[in-house]
Amino acid sequence: MAVLVIADNDNAHLRDGTNKTVTAALKLSGDVDVLVLGKGVSGVADAAAKIAGVRKVLVAESDALGHGIAEAQADAALALAGNYDAILVPATAGGKNFAPRIAAKLDVAPISDIIEVVSADTFVRPIYAGNALETVQSADAKKVITVRPTAFAAAADGGSASVETVSGADAAKTRFVSEEMVKSDRPELAAAKIVVSGGRAMGSAEEFQAVIEPLADKLGAAVGASRAAVDAGYAPNDYQVGQTGKVVAPQLYIAVGISGAIQHLAGMKDSKVIVAINKDADAPIFQVADYGLVADYKSAVPDLMSALTAAGK
Amino acid sequence: MKVLVPVKRVIDYNVKARVKADQTGVDLANVKMSMNPFCEIAVEEAVRLKEKGAATEVVIVSIGPAQAQETIRTALAMGGDRGILITSDADLEPLAVAKLLKAVVAEEQPGLVLMGKQAIDGDNNAVGQMLSALLDWPQATFASAIEIAGSSAKVTREVDGGLQTLDVDLPAVITADLRLNEPRYASLPNIMKAKKKEIAQKTVADYGVDVAPRLTVVKVTEPAKRSAGVKVESAADLVSKLTTAGVL
Repeated sequence: MAVLVIADNDNAHLRDGTNKTVTAALKLSGDVDVLVLGKGVSGVADAAAKIAGVRKVLVAESDALGHGIAEAQADAALALAGNYDAILVPATAGGKNFAPRIAAKLDVAPISDIIEVVSADTFVRPIYAGNALETVQSADAKKVITVRPTAFAAAADGGSASVETVSGADAAKTRFVSEEMVKSDRPELAAAKIVVSGGRAMGSAEEFQAVIEPLADKLGAAVGASRAAVDAGYAPNDYQVGQTGKVVAPQLYIAVGISGAIQHLAGMKDSKVIVAINKDADAPIFQVADYGLVADYKSAVPDLMSALTAAGK
Repeated sequence: MKVLVPVKRVIDYNVKARVKADQTGVDLANVKMSMNPFCEIAVEEAVRLKEKGAATEVVIVSIGPAQAQETIRTALAMGGDRGILITSDADLEPLAVAKLLKAVVAEEQPGLVLMGKQAIDGDNNAVGQMLSALLDWPQATFASAIEIAGSSAKVTREVDGGLQTLDVDLPAVITADLRLNEPRYASLPNIMKAKKKEIAQKTVADYGVDVAPRLTVVKVTEPAKRSAGVKVESAADLVSKLTTAGVL
């Protein structure tokens, strides 16, 4: 059995989700290849070749692939699908965008967002915003699976796989117009060791920036937000942690002014240590927090900043 | 242009799903059911397209139990023109749903399929992409803005790290993300009007599509619970505990 992992990358960098998906793939088979889709991705391919356990790296390039156009990504993968028994894709916004297309074209049922490999045909995946875990067994000969990166450890470097070029693909009916990426020196939310998240209690985008961002910067943390804060326009959607946003599992998750709706908990409850700061002692967030501070964030966050400074952080 | 909007009846957004003791699934008996929130956003956007003159007719389709008729009525009360109910006793997998919708598209010939990015029960986030692939139509998922311009649609999408704008030829499949719009509440007169709107009654068998499941649910279990920890007295206390825990 051979497995193809499709790399998560932004043309310049190989993202950590790839290493984690390789870990899931290695549970299925020792024959794991990585497909890098993009444009000008030689650096990404070299990084993928260094992941321990990878047999070879395949590179497909085109303008459409460089812009992450799903039709092209699926077609490039489909051209190789005959050689593999399973195709694994990190369950990022980009991966979720094209993986189901591959499944549809192969006439197989996609298996979304797995958190555990039970056996070669049986997987565990969260449903109902993580309130239930479903164990499913696939009857399809070929499997198309998206992998929740936070559920698997990253495969370490140490390999030296060969790199081969394969044919790219285009998308005739879809044109890239523009993109607007959030520029930030902070670590990426999904991969950060510490995440500081703000909720609706912030009350405005200005307050969110004035309270949450300095604390995140002091800790070298990524910034997250609850869906309520995103819906209210206090934070960009890209910050959203939860069922409908990103799933994170950092070493330390600090929830500031977040009540702890089911859908938010689904996105962060696998964090190693959870801290909740909320003035409402009955907020559901305290039921999952390792350390709870019942206080108004307006005083608690400045106090925390001073305490961190005093502790030499 | 006709817009087809598939909608799904799911457990209400505010209800916590509980796993059945026999591990066969989630207990939906006597639980409040509603339209999937992302479907609601798709309906709202389709109605807005009609109000702006970009769409001529909004057709709502739902695949599910007989009660899914109520979900269609809700969408009709928001401004949909007519409905199609495809009854199915089984909970169909995304592949089967995509194949059925492809058959509906062949009958209805819409210029656009606008649907939610994900249903909050199965959390698959797959049907829109699969339908687009089966139709060989372009796709624009996770939309936060849609602008119809003649024979194409300019769609702003929520992607990893920011926003991306694509121009897709019509017909296309577009899936709605959270920030596309805020769905309206149906007014009482519109709820009354919706009762008179036509809902075609179909069954899965009418479409001659293979909907056999490919996945067997071995079991459904509850995730490990996290227990509440301790309350700290002050920020300084918190920092010292976090330092001890080795996470700072």
